[in-house]
Amino acid sequence: MKTIHKLMSGVAIACVTFAIYSCKPAGPDKALTGDAASKAYVAPGKYDEFYNIVSGGFNGQIGIYGLPSGRLFKIIPVFSTFPENGYGYSEESKPMLNTSNGFVPWDDLHHISLSTTNGEHDGRWAFANGNNTPRVARIDLKTFKTVEILELPNSGGNHSSPYITENTEYVVASTRFSIPIGDNTDVPISSYKENFKGTVSFIKVDTSGHMKIAFQLVTPGVNFDLARAGKGPSHGWFFFSCYNTEQAYTLLEVNASQKDKDFIMAVNWKKAEEYIQAGKGKTTKARYAHNIHHEETHSATSTILQEVLQLDPAELKDIIYFIPCPKSPHGCDVDPSGEYIVGSGKLAALIPVFSFNKIQQAITNKEFEGEFAGLPVIKYESALYGEVTKPGLGPLHTEFDGNGNAYTSFFVSSEIVKWNIKDLKVLDRVPTYYSIGHLCVPGGPTRKPHGKYVIAYNKITKDRYLPTGPELTQSAQLYDISGEKMKLILDFPTTGEPHYAEAIPAEMLMPKSRKIYRLEDNQHPYVAKGEGQTKVERKGNEVHVYMTAIRSHLTPDNIEGIKQGDDVYFHVTNLEQDWDVPHGFAIKGANNAEILIMPGETQTLKWKADRTGVFPYYCTDFCSALHQEMQGYARVSAPGNNVPIKYSTGKTEDPTSGAGQ
Amino acid sequence: MKKLFLIMLIGATFGACGPDKPKQTSENEDADSYENIHGSEGGNAVAANADDGKGIGQVTEVTLNTPLEQERIGRGKAIYEMKCQACHRLDNQRVVGPGWKEVTKRRKPEWIMNMVTNVDVMLDKDAEAQKLLELCLTRMPNQNVSIGDARDVLEFMRQNDGEK
Ligand code: HEC
Ligand SMILES: [Cu+2]
Repeated sequence: MKTIHKLMSGVAIACVTFAIYSCKPAGPDKALTGDAASKAYVAPGKYDEFYNIVSGGFNGQIGIYGLPSGRLFKIIPVFSTFPENGYGYSEESKPMLNTSNGFVPWDDLHHISLSTTNGEHDGRWAFANGNNTPRVARIDLKTFKTVEILELPNSGGNHSSPYITENTEYVVASTRFSIPIGDNTDVPISSYKENFKGTVSFIKVDTSGHMKIAFQLVTPGVNFDLARAGKGPSHGWFFFSCYNTEQAYTLLEVNASQKDKDFIMAVNWKKAEEYIQAGKGKTTKARYAHNIHHEETHSATSTILQEVLQLDPAELKDIIYFIPCPKSPHGCDVDPSGEYIVGSGKLAALIPVFSFNKIQQAITNKEFEGEFAGLPVIKYESALYGEVTKPGLGPLHTEFDGNGNAYTSFFVSSEIVKWNIKDLKVLDRVPTYYSIGHLCVPGGPTRKPHGKYVIAYNKITKDRYLPTGPELTQSAQLYDISGEKMKLILDFPTTGEPHYAEAIPAEMLMPKSRKIYRLEDNQHPYVAKGEGQTKVERKGNEVHVYMTAIRSHLTPDNIEGIKQGDDVYFHVTNLEQDWDVPHGFAIKGANNAEILIMPGETQTLKWKADRTGVFPYYCTDFCSALHQEMQGYARVSAPGNNVPIKYSTGKTEDPTSGAGQ
Repeated sequence: MKKLFLIMLIGATFGACGPDKPKQTSENEDADSYENIHGSEGGNAVAANADDGKGIGQVTEVTLNTPLEQERIGRGKAIYEMKCQACHRLDNQRVVGPGWKEVTKRRKPEWIMNMVTNVDVMLDKDAEAQKLLELCLTRMPNQNVSIGDARDVLEFMRQNDGEK
């Protein structure tokens, strides 16, 4: 009896010890409450309530997650090539990554903006920015595919982007780095004050989603960080956070942190529109690419544009007003009513909240404290509604829940702070793990937030997950905000480095989600609509294979007559019309990638026949019980060897081998 | 007493650390609210009596005319070439799916049209379709064919079977 007793306690202790080491993260976990797991739990076969559309930062992609489960559903390549599905490798998608610098296969994607109508989510498109080689992309939320990319001339780094106006009239993108622009850009770096300019591009979006730069505002040289459009009463205005108003060009860490206050730049864009209509814009030379994916041909085109319309606000003083904002502001967020503008100075110890009404009065009454580079600066007190005092350290970004509350992320003190917009009182605070950057409330930037959760996108992961060597996954945290107190309910890893994200109710996207491409509508120039249209054609030293894929064979699956040195284009049409039956295509030695072909789609892989021999090709996406049989052979002959073009499927010449038909 | 306490402790520890298990099994039975969105095209069709040889789907009665309707045959042939030919030959040779020779003799017209327009349900529930699947081992895809298009293909099949 006693021995059993002892044994039992031994086992128990072992279990407890094991449990402590295996279950408890080493970091603080006090914020976790008992029913957390059930709140984030989505049972097998059930759907999540929200789509979370999350920027991937330096992976140049967007991740699609479910909330509240945190499950990853899809990675959308935007500014980066993606060998997994052939984006940037297939002949059809290569033009998407064209720029005035040629093919640029990578970028740094920071922010997401979902299209809105009347300031509310409409579920049509997501916009995203490419920071490094300045670009804005549009993603179609029916296909979850990048369908348009517009390069931005005269931008030094497209960080303050993309932000949209209430009815998606404009996508707005401003430069992070000011640079010399115009005819003479070969100037001393030390001539910053004189020669460096910022630009704010107003990109018009038409009803089909297509983008065009309507005009650019040329601003004094500063760094633009983030922005938001006005809404409701403030529709027609735009607000940008600016730092480095010291106009430093070296050691910004110190030199751009000198002043107590930088600025929020308020822009009356309706006024700017009037000036453009009155012909006050100036057409200047530029070079930038505009890339469009065409749904009917499954192919992208790239056009290089040559000019852009600019407005010089120095001449047009009533477009731009600066509002002092403590200190190096990052977030610049407009509440759902459109009246309050929240500046989050990343080096400030308080959060200023500005009033749109007061800003308007200050402008009317000319309550200016001076000028910055010839433009009026409104008195801080005249624009201020009030300050949230002692909120935390390093405020970055604020979103709203639609019940009069704001949620601000604090990078330095690693927390989210909930406060009331009207009385500016702090209501609650929760730790994040660790060093939160942006946060997201579903619908948070719209006039009608969906609320329910706040998600923290953290910059440091440390001990939150099983370690994977020096490089770790990124960490996000989900908090339930339906009650008075915020409750941590889930940690979930994210790919790349998430910066900003938006979340939208599943029912707004699900019913519209595209399942197949109709073969009847396929206008790809190399489509084979049925096996009867498959063929192999030689054009000089190009060989074009019009191929079809259907479970479980490729047609043709025997090709001869290719010559060493030929460029072979495999144009593969997936003849399936059923949801979720993609086929893949890969051929030995290809220098690019595979291609994935969705049902009814045509995609092209280019292959250099650089040596003689017989080369297998096959379907890479497991499609049926006989998927492993889905293969073919391409023969490459020496240039002098007179083998005619010949192709077939299911034809056996030697009756002792093959299917023996 | 002490032992009991220890056992409880073990239980509690495992309870807290075990992998997440579905807690409310009853919730699994809830009809999911998006079912009709992602269900197969013909998923909401009335299930016809499986024994009448007409299959399962929206098509319950087809009127066949003689002579054959030439316009239908033309359209049916075009659909065949684009969406069916990769798997079905017109003789009795099986490729991926069975050859179509005599198919209109083997099957009722309603069964054929249900097979084409409601294939997922047919392969899951119709005994004859299931026999074919056991033979071919590849699921015939939903080729996104409307009822009208399926009728055109049926006319083309009748011609292929020698009807005039
Ligand atoms: C990917 C190959 C594939 C395609 C494409 C395809 N089928 Fe089928 N079909 C099959 C298979 C395989 C079967 C046998 C049942 C099974 O295994 O799913 C079948 C069975 C059938 C049958 C029953 C045949 C019999 O002998 O009873 C009919 C009728 C039919 N298909 C019509 C069509 C039509 C019409 C189309 C074009 C719109 C089409 N199929 C496209 C693979 C295909
Ligand atoms: Cu395949």
